[in-house]
Amino acid sequence: MQINENKEFQPLIVAFCCNWCSYAGADLSGTNRLNYPTNVKIIRVPCSCRVNPMFILRAFQRGADGVILCGCHPGDCHYTSGNYFTRRRMTLLFSMLDFLGIERDRTRVEWVSAAEGAKFAATMNEFTEAVKKLGPNRRLEDLRCRKQ
Amino acid sequence: MLRISIDKLDELFESISAKQTLYIPTDREDGAAEYKKYESGIKLSGKLNTLRSAKDFFFPQTENLVDFKMEGKTIEVIDTREESEDFVVFGVRACDARSFTILDKVFLADPVDSYYKNRRDHGTIVTMACTRPAETCFCQTFDIDPTAPEGDVACWNDGKYIYFAWRNEKGEAFLDCLSDVLEDAEPEGIAELNAKTKDIMKRLPLADLSTDSFGGDRLMEHFNSEKWGELSESCIGCGTCTFVCPTCQCYDIKDFDTGHGIKRFRCWDSCMYSDFTKMAHGNPRLTQLERFRQRFMHKLVYFPANNNGEFGCVGCGRCLSKCPISMNIVKVMKALEVKE
Amino acid sequence: MQEAMIARAKELLADGTVNRVIGWKKGEFAYDITPAIFETPEEINKDFVYDDFTAANVSKYLVKESRREGKILAFMKPCDTYSFNQLIKEHRVIRENVYIIGIPSWGKLDAEKIKSMGVTGILGAQRDGNDIKISTLYGEEKLPFFDVMLEKCKSCKSKKHVIYDELIGEDGEVIDSNRFDMVEQLENMTAQERYDFWRAQLSKCIRCNACKNVCPACTCEKCVFENPASGIENKAAVDSFEENMFHIIRAFHVAGRCTDCGECSRVCPQNIPLHLLNRKFIKDINLLYGEYQAGADTTSRAPLTDYTQDDCEASIVHERGVE
Repeated sequence: MQINENKEFQPLIVAFCCNWCSYAGADLSGTNRLNYPTNVKIIRVPCSCRVNPMFILRAFQRGADGVILCGCHPGDCHYTSGNYFTRRRMTLLFSMLDFLGIERDRTRVEWVSAAEGAKFAATMNEFTEAVKKLGPNRRLEDLRCRKQ
Repeated sequence: MLRISIDKLDELFESISAKQTLYIPTDREDGAAEYKKYESGIKLSGKLNTLRSAKDFFFPQTENLVDFKMEGKTIEVIDTREESEDFVVFGVRACDARSFTILDKVFLADPVDSYYKNRRDHGTIVTMACTRPAETCFCQTFDIDPTAPEGDVACWNDGKYIYFAWRNEKGEAFLDCLSDVLEDAEPEGIAELNAKTKDIMKRLPLADLSTDSFGGDRLMEHFNSEKWGELSESCIGCGTCTFVCPTCQCYDIKDFDTGHGIKRFRCWDSCMYSDFTKMAHGNPRLTQLERFRQRFMHKLVYFPANNNGEFGCVGCGRCLSKCPISMNIVKVMKALEVKE
Repeated sequence: MQEAMIARAKELLADGTVNRVIGWKKGEFAYDITPAIFETPEEINKDFVYDDFTAANVSKYLVKESRREGKILAFMKPCDTYSFNQLIKEHRVIRENVYIIGIPSWGKLDAEKIKSMGVTGILGAQRDGNDIKISTLYGEEKLPFFDVMLEKCKSCKSKKHVIYDELIGEDGEVIDSNRFDMVEQLENMTAQERYDFWRAQLSKCIRCNACKNVCPACTCEKCVFENPASGIENKAAVDSFEENMFHIIRAFHVAGRCTDCGECSRVCPQNIPLHLLNRKFIKDINLLYGEYQAGADTTSRAPLTDYTQDDCEASIVHERGVE
């Protein structure tokens, strides 16, 4: 969580991006000079299925207000089927977080290809807005990690 | 001796909690009793004992020791300790009251554990005599009299009145402050009450459990016993017995990286865990057999060896009812018993 | 039942089919029964027991025991056979080294529940029709058997043995159980209510690890929670986050492999309804990826190691239920 000069809440977003599609998509949106919020911190992973549930939880623990996972479109995985497994895993995990009463809009999976620079920027803008509306993450935060 | 009518118990609790924080055992929605901070409306539990022991008040499951704040190449060390406020723990049973004597031997021996001492100094223990012991009780094995509990103040409940007697200066001062709600009384009814309880004590299934086969001088014979294999084979290596135990006092000190500093804290540890007393070369106790043996050897042999024969168990029976596979100190003692 | 089991165990020991037996051993009182290995007929005569309190699932012990010399006889209740089958599927047990006798289970009792009803000083317990008669230090008590049954038995999913070498008594059927009722109830609450419910439950956790250590699906050689290199090794939950994390990860690691044997909730010293987390995963899997019962067979692919091209997107979570 960050608070800017206007005392406005700025959510911290962690975006896990697969190396082959979404990270390249993020690059493309940069070279196209498209804007997306600076609060989005990208972590590059070899494949979206490298992200295990612990990564998502740890991001929340260390102060993320929203976590988004981006990978290749189903069928386009560089490793053939990685994102299919991601899809099942994250569906179950998000459903469990929802079951525990954690706001469901704090997590998202989005498929972004290397050619979709515009989609990447749009997705991040939209997701950041959605998380901003929710306010700071309080239900899945570790108080010890909160910056005083 | 002083007393208060049971219907006026709330007045007493209000009076105590107006001066300092009061914790009483109360029933939870699942039927188990636990200590809770007293607020109006909270009722005293009728259960024999709380699920977690009273050691939590003096030796909590986790506690912050020190913080490190890093900026550039400088490290600031922050002592997070706060002077504890005065508090009262009400309704501690005789077994748990004795556990403080055992914990004191560990934490108040040189070098004194100042975190523990801080809490001990500020805590007043009001004990309550037992009237309905359970089948899992075996405090008499360790010469504890549940009808005459230790603590700062002891009390007896005969169903109509609760009688109070102080045990030391702290207790006397505590009762002095409550003279407006307590009335003077003769202790006559108590003897009868205690006699009844003692009669039940004789009929407890574990009444004849004895510590004769154990003690600091029986080290090698028990350590090398062949029975440990059979006893430990079903142990699943969880920490339930050690965490509900009022006398288990092992802890670990760990650092937590908050991303902008380090928090050093200590937390309970369990000899049942694979990473207990882990050193550079690993855990000195490689299998569950050794870890299991450690727990019972500590309570029945090592502890008395270092503490004038005092055993590291008070017979509260928590591990008997909570162990997932019902293997416990009583079964171990019976298996290792040397019959003359 | 107990006599028949003892007789058969002694026969199999005598003819050399097996060299030891895993079953349940009598305790000090009526209810404190320990899983144990018996090697001689004398030991069996003395301590072997099968009654209303023999709830412990013995299948996890066979991970180790099936690797020892000789064949072991294991008595299994229907729910235990599911756990064992799942272990076969994961290549965690050596099937050939276990001789399985399926035994019926009519539901096991929960001593904690009996005690929570105010019964203390329990000395013995006996079945009396639909009741259980409990003799205590303070007189006799009678309680309806169903009321003091273990949670896992109240919502039993199957009385069928999915694997066995022989049966004592008759095999049962898969039951149309009500096991997802409570999950559904929670799903229909608001997020705030669910959050409050789980905070109240999970804040009781003392991190004794009983739930994970007893779980027949938790058979990793080294658990992430005991591995200092994992970065999440924590011996006690210092913050509410760690309570949540431990239980989410524990349940997630067995998602698609959990047979719903209910041991986690049975052993929890703080009576946290942990099975609800596992059942939530099972319910979701059934709903989204087709009916699946872990342990029902040894060949099918587990839902999390499988996929189809037209699986639903994760956003389905946002679209259903109450906000």
